[in-house]
Amino acid sequence: MKLSKLGVVAIAAVIAVGIRAIYFTPFDSLQGAAQKILYVHAPSAWVAFLAFGLVAVASILYLWLRDPKLDRVAESSAEVGLVFTTVVLITGPLWAKPVWGAYWTWDARLTLTLFLWFIYAGYIILRGAIDDFDMRARFSAVLGILGAMLVPFIHLSVYFFRTLHPMPVLLKPSAPSMPREMVITLVSSFLAFTLLYVWLLRERYKLAVERDAASDAMEAHS
Amino acid sequence: MPPDTRAAISRPTPGFAASTLAIARKDMLIELRSRSVILSALAFAVLALTIFFFAWDPTAVAPIDLAPGVLWVIFTFSGLLGLHRSFGVEQPTRAMDALLAAPVSREAIYLGKLIANLGFVILVQAVSLPAVALLYNVPVGAYVLPLAGVVLLAAIGLVAVGTLFSAMAVSTRLAELLLPLLALPFFVPVILPAAQATARLMSGRAVSEVAGYIELLAAFDIVFLVTCTLAYPYTLEQ
Repeated sequence: MKLSKLGVVAIAAVIAVGIRAIYFTPFDSLQGAAQKILYVHAPSAWVAFLAFGLVAVASILYLWLRDPKLDRVAESSAEVGLVFTTVVLITGPLWAKPVWGAYWTWDARLTLTLFLWFIYAGYIILRGAIDDFDMRARFSAVLGILGAMLVPFIHLSVYFFRTLHPMPVLLKPSAPSMPREMVITLVSSFLAFTLLYVWLLRERYKLAVERDAASDAMEAHS
Repeated sequence: MPPDTRAAISRPTPGFAASTLAIARKDMLIELRSRSVILSALAFAVLALTIFFFAWDPTAVAPIDLAPGVLWVIFTFSGLLGLHRSFGVEQPTRAMDALLAAPVSREAIYLGKLIANLGFVILVQAVSLPAVALLYNVPVGAYVLPLAGVVLLAAIGLVAVGTLFSAMAVSTRLAELLLPLLALPFFVPVILPAAQATARLMSGRAVSEVAGYIELLAAFDIVFLVTCTLAYPYTLEQ
């Protein structure tokens, strides 16, 4: 596969941020090296929310305008978003083990991320279970919108759960305000991951266009 | 034209509420005559109840601590059992097409199905709640009204999203396999506050302590009743 210009820039940016995070950003005085996973974890979480937000917007617009392009945007964004949510769910426990003492805690934000993963995994399975283009687009648009509406409810209910029923969890101590070098690394990691997302979204979108063109050609031929 | 056909044509089209209730009545009648889902759901509820009882060490966990969780697991899964039938029952004879051709609004079809499903879920709850109280030795008399309120609010929320997903799932290749996959994440913000409120009520806490959970359930019901009613027409051929 030939890399587009955007792809080259996005990959270079992620590598540059990685190098900066590993070699040119100071260690956290309490957490040591473990804290460096922040520069992958936080931007991935940001991209996941961005991606699912775009799914919801594209879904609403699809039901209104019925433009197949919007359905392809939603499809692509959901898939890329699921990949980044998976990254969040893998890096989170890796970071939690040395710092909180356990891989998994039923912390409000953790639980929310897990359920985001479930919703959009269901979204992709739903898409795979329908052959008709029009029906697939309509059903997934409905699920894309409902999924976004569910997020505040899951957040509220798991928040209630934790605050009304406190568990023996080593919550993260409120970190001292970050030194400037860390802030710069973090902000650039957000930018780099956003670039990576935009690139992956574009590539996935192109794939959807080619697939639809191919199935149209097959239909015209038969 | 035979006279009865003419009479049918000249009859005014039923209003929104009338057609909603007619569809609910139709589904309940089918279920009442076949009794296919309700019997299997009730059998499932009682079986699950006994299995859960023996899944824990009774010397370590008191039955009253298990009861709320058991209750909500049973409600969730017996509800799913019935929800799939809701639109599945229209499939074999393509009765859905006739329903869509009838002069009723699509929102009325959704709400009619929802009411029938709600009746079904409430019936299962009305049997399994006393069964849990009896077999797990939980005295529910003192707080039966607030508990019934929590159960009803949760049932509305479960059925609102469940009915919509049932309509979607039956048209897909995976059919009944897809329903729990789609519906369960949406059940979380219902089951969680409902089970927590149930546990608090069962341990004798004041109703005011569960007010926050009840508000959350009510908010979920309102938001998803409205959204799912508006979304349902989009799941049909335009």
